Amino acid sequence: MAFDNMKLEDFKGVWVFCEQREGKLMPTDLELISEGRKLADSLETELCGILLGDKVEGLAAELGGYGADKVIVLDNPAYAVYTTEAYTDAICQMVEKYKPEILLVGASNIGRDLGPRCAARLHTGLCADCTHLDVDTAVYQDFLKDNSVLAPERIAGTDKALVMGEKKDVTKELKMTRPAFGGNLMATIICPRFRPSMATVRPGVLKKGAFNQAKADAVQVIKEEVAVDMTAIKAQVVEVVKEARKLVDLVGAEYIVSIGRGIASDVEKGIALAEELAEVLGGVVGGSRVAIDSGWLTADHQVGQTGKTVHPKVYIALGISGAIQHKAGMQDSELIIAVNKDAKAPIFEVADYGICGDLFAVAPLLIESFKEVKNS
Amino acid sequence: MKIIVCVKQVPDTSGKVAVNANGTLDRASMQTITNPDDLNAVEAALALKEQTGAEVIVVTMGPPPAEGMLRELLAMGCDRGVLVSGREFGGSDTYATSQILAAAVNKIGVEAEDIVLCGRQAIDGDTAQVGPQIAEKLELPQVTYVAGIEKEGNTLTVKRALEDGYMTIKVQTPCMLTCIKELNNPRYMNVADIYGCYEKSVEVFDYNTLKDEPLIDVNKIGLKGSPTNILISFTPPQKGAGQMLEGCGKETTDKLAGILAEKHVI
Repeated sequence: MAFDNMKLEDFKGVWVFCEQREGKLMPTDLELISEGRKLADSLETELCGILLGDKVEGLAAELGGYGADKVIVLDNPAYAVYTTEAYTDAICQMVEKYKPEILLVGASNIGRDLGPRCAARLHTGLCADCTHLDVDTAVYQDFLKDNSVLAPERIAGTDKALVMGEKKDVTKELKMTRPAFGGNLMATIICPRFRPSMATVRPGVLKKGAFNQAKADAVQVIKEEVAVDMTAIKAQVVEVVKEARKLVDLVGAEYIVSIGRGIASDVEKGIALAEELAEVLGGVVGGSRVAIDSGWLTADHQVGQTGKTVHPKVYIALGISGAIQHKAGMQDSELIIAVNKDAKAPIFEVADYGICGDLFAVAPLLIESFKEVKNS
Repeated sequence: MKIIVCVKQVPDTSGKVAVNANGTLDRASMQTITNPDDLNAVEAALALKEQTGAEVIVVTMGPPPAEGMLRELLAMGCDRGVLVSGREFGGSDTYATSQILAAAVNKIGVEAEDIVLCGRQAIDGDTAQVGPQIAEKLELPQVTYVAGIEKEGNTLTVKRALEDGYMTIKVQTPCMLTCIKELNNPRYMNVADIYGCYEKSVEVFDYNTLKDEPLIDVNKIGLKGSPTNILISFTPPQKGAGQMLEGCGKETTDKLAGILAEKHVI
């Protein structure tokens, strides 16, 4: 195999895996294409989408409109529904043929199935669930100035890294930032010895850019084919079922009332209070990881690094301590209110308004006060 | 038939978190637990054992004290444990970790009827990468986000969760599944197995045990062999602009409601 992924100079271009379901692009694809555009500009290289599906060539223009120069399209009925085996084979063969230096994948349930499998086959590094990406060192260091408590000399030192015992220049590396250690720290990861640098990226974190019709018209479609024998696939999808259960729309909500460990002493009452408060505001109920892992709320309610990233007008945190993992999902809310018994809870660090008190006492008062204001 | 379950001992990040002065996690002062998703994988294995009589083997990579966790899992009903432990394995990223675990699983042996189970992801790393990467190294088909398993002969019918529903997937053994908490409710340790857990075998696979295994490349393990490097880790700044309201009574909530009304956000 003429694929030596340690020959870094052979690898050019930024790729985005564009996930489709039922022939439609996922919203994350456009976020990644917009971000990929910036990375490609920093590296003075091309941005290329890679799209697998059945009769999906028509989606390429939309990807172009958000910044893709090219889209590699693999059109085959076998790709209509995602299977690990067929998708991994196709992506890996394309990577070996075209040698991109960066490959971004949305961190959906499917992207998180595909990404690690491809990275293991290609023998390269993959950083999971990134919340921020940079190539340009000056831009990255500005990001650190605004988003870390690191001393200036440590920030200045991020142009080099110790790799295999040697100081290496990393100014052209993809710098992949994510919450680490259970979400209590942030870490920036690099993949300095192998290509492509791979990242899965959290849906809803990166911003979709503006649509450009001229770019959409100019997109270059590259049709590719990879031999695929569906009868040889060992994990066959029998059916795909959309759940009738109405999922809570946290991402689109203007008001979110979230609950955490603080409701443990009376879960039923805690949830009822959150629901009532959310109803007064015309919003929805969310929860921290504890609330989901304890089975108090279903997974679609989870706000945070492992849940959803939200940007409501008002976010009210009831009895949530505020690990970075949770903050990662809600700190960009327009206004944050926190209620917690512990005056030292980290949630107060991101709250615009904090009330130190027992949520079971404070929440009913909030409901009353908000009702009065709304009715006046 | 064997069911091999890969588990991890993790700091309990859902409780109080201790951070060292240099910004790293103070693991020594934190409680350790069996990673929650991994307990769902163990429970799935024990349920399949009841149905089929399979042998359940729990495998973990970690420092020597992780043996304690393996004993707890034996006390739940698992049959034997393998502790993969060695200084050379330290600092491994997901690629390197999965290579080591794949070599360990391969040494235990994966035969036609066997199943490898993992939790979806560990709460200290949250990557969800090691399961699929073990499967790739072992050349096994994988199903991730598993919320239901039915076994008939060598065919598993698996419910795979999606954000907006699920897929039903039929997969042949041998295969690798990653389990989520919707799959089951993990059982507790039982008295008979608590008495028996120190009679059961916990084998240690160290560097010398695994270094010549076909799936391992000794240049691709540990900190040096990992494709990814940590450039830097950091704590975000405090937002600082926030205001603690005085008191927690009705005057306080009235004041807050007033502020929000003034800002036209409610």
